[in-house]
Amino acid sequence: MENVRKAFGDLVVLDGLDLEVAHAERLVIMGPSGSGKTTILRVLMTLERPDDGIIWIGDQPLYHEQRDGELVSAGHRHISAVRRNVSMVFQHFNLFPHMTSLDNITIGPRKALGLSREEANERARDLLDLVGLSDKADSKPAQLSGGQKQRVAIARALAMQPEVVLFDEVTSALDPELVGEVLGVLREIALAGETTMILVTHEMGFAREVADRVIMFDGGRVIEEGPPAKIFSEPVQQRTQDFLRAVLGREEM
Amino acid sequence: MIGVLVAVSSSVTVLAGRDPRDFDAPAPGAWDWGFAIDIVPFMVEGLVVTIQATLLGITIALVLGLVLAILRRSPRRLISWPVATFIEVIRSTPLLIQLFFLFFVLPDVTDGSIQFSPLTTGVIGLAIHYGTYTSESYRAGIENVATGQWEGATAINLSTTQTWRHVVLPQAVPTVIPALGNYVVAMFKDAPLLTAITVGELLAQAKALQGVWFRGMEPFTVAGVLFLVVSIPAAIGVRHLETRYGYERE
Repeated sequence: MENVRKAFGDLVVLDGLDLEVAHAERLVIMGPSGSGKTTILRVLMTLERPDDGIIWIGDQPLYHEQRDGELVSAGHRHISAVRRNVSMVFQHFNLFPHMTSLDNITIGPRKALGLSREEANERARDLLDLVGLSDKADSKPAQLSGGQKQRVAIARALAMQPEVVLFDEVTSALDPELVGEVLGVLREIALAGETTMILVTHEMGFAREVADRVIMFDGGRVIEEGPPAKIFSEPVQQRTQDFLRAVLGREEM
Repeated sequence: MIGVLVAVSSSVTVLAGRDPRDFDAPAPGAWDWGFAIDIVPFMVEGLVVTIQATLLGITIALVLGLVLAILRRSPRRLISWPVATFIEVIRSTPLLIQLFFLFFVLPDVTDGSIQFSPLTTGVIGLAIHYGTYTSESYRAGIENVATGQWEGATAINLSTTQTWRHVVLPQAVPTVIPALGNYVVAMFKDAPLLTAITVGELLAQAKALQGVWFRGMEPFTVAGVLFLVVSIPAAIGVRHLETRYGYERE
């Protein structure tokens, strides 16, 4: 991301953000609520259009097309083609309630990637296996617990075989006893090491364990970044220290 | 679609073949059972036309309403704005005026190049009028689909068309089926307006008998009863739809 800017009215949520994420890197974004960290993910997923700046996915600009060596605003088709490399898991799952788990997972590969039903089913069954829900293929979301829904949603995102998966506070809407099963699945994906993961999360223990890099985000800017060991043990910025104290204090309660 | 309309219109002329003078005169008094029973087949001919007009009309209205509802949500103002205006204008003016425009004005202003049979005109009128109503029902159903559903679809890179088809409409349409069912009954009860553009439907048949025999009691009573015979079961059917589709929402 180069110099990305996004404002809602007078509220600047991304203030000239520069951010680079390496292939297969696991990046955790933390920061107080309202700091704009979710907006970073939403801009990458094309759910919000940035006001300014350029976003590259691999060597392709997401919102721009290269024409005669110049970058011009891109059309629908180009955005869709580049967006193929990105998928997202949401805080509130956003599963399709009228479809079974299997259909939720296969609809993207079938319709957007053009896989046959058999190929898509095969891929989906492997993923259901990965998230530990092989027996729930024919269940609809209403029949699943929150943790199970989120695991289906993770499988749905992975079924697109994207370069990057964005995780937007994926455990925040879960009952505490269900958080572990979702984090377990994330840990497995992280260990497989094939997918670039960008996670917005308040699960600091988890972040410390799987992240290659943590960034502290506040007021539309990155105020501190580094490997988790450093950020969590010896944060330099006062705001990072305050934030960690507030979050970790709550966790100990 | 036009072909079907034309076929139906021509079958109607055959149906409305019987002459209203072709009955025994009603006995003096307030009510003549013999006359009332005699005219039933003649009235049923009209009822068949009314039902045909309603079924054709609602079929087109259901499709048209969906198209209007989707176009109204278009991000392009050049599409959404005229569609919204069209819906509001049609909804806010009487069906009878729209029928008169289609039947009398449209042939005039097009020098007769656009001129439909009375029944075809009636079906088009009903379909457009009720299409704007059904579009508002669809719109309510569409707006009830959470934004997260659109976002979930974007996250797996579905196109706008695919999102409508596989994600939004399958959730929106079942929730509005009861409301749409009510419009079937409402349209059926509005169909007598087609009398005004010379369609030989149920009320027109009653009016023809009244014109010949100067007796309104039996014809209009039979007409009313025939409406009830159809609309009450239809209303019960709609209630079943409500219980059936009511609880499936999460």
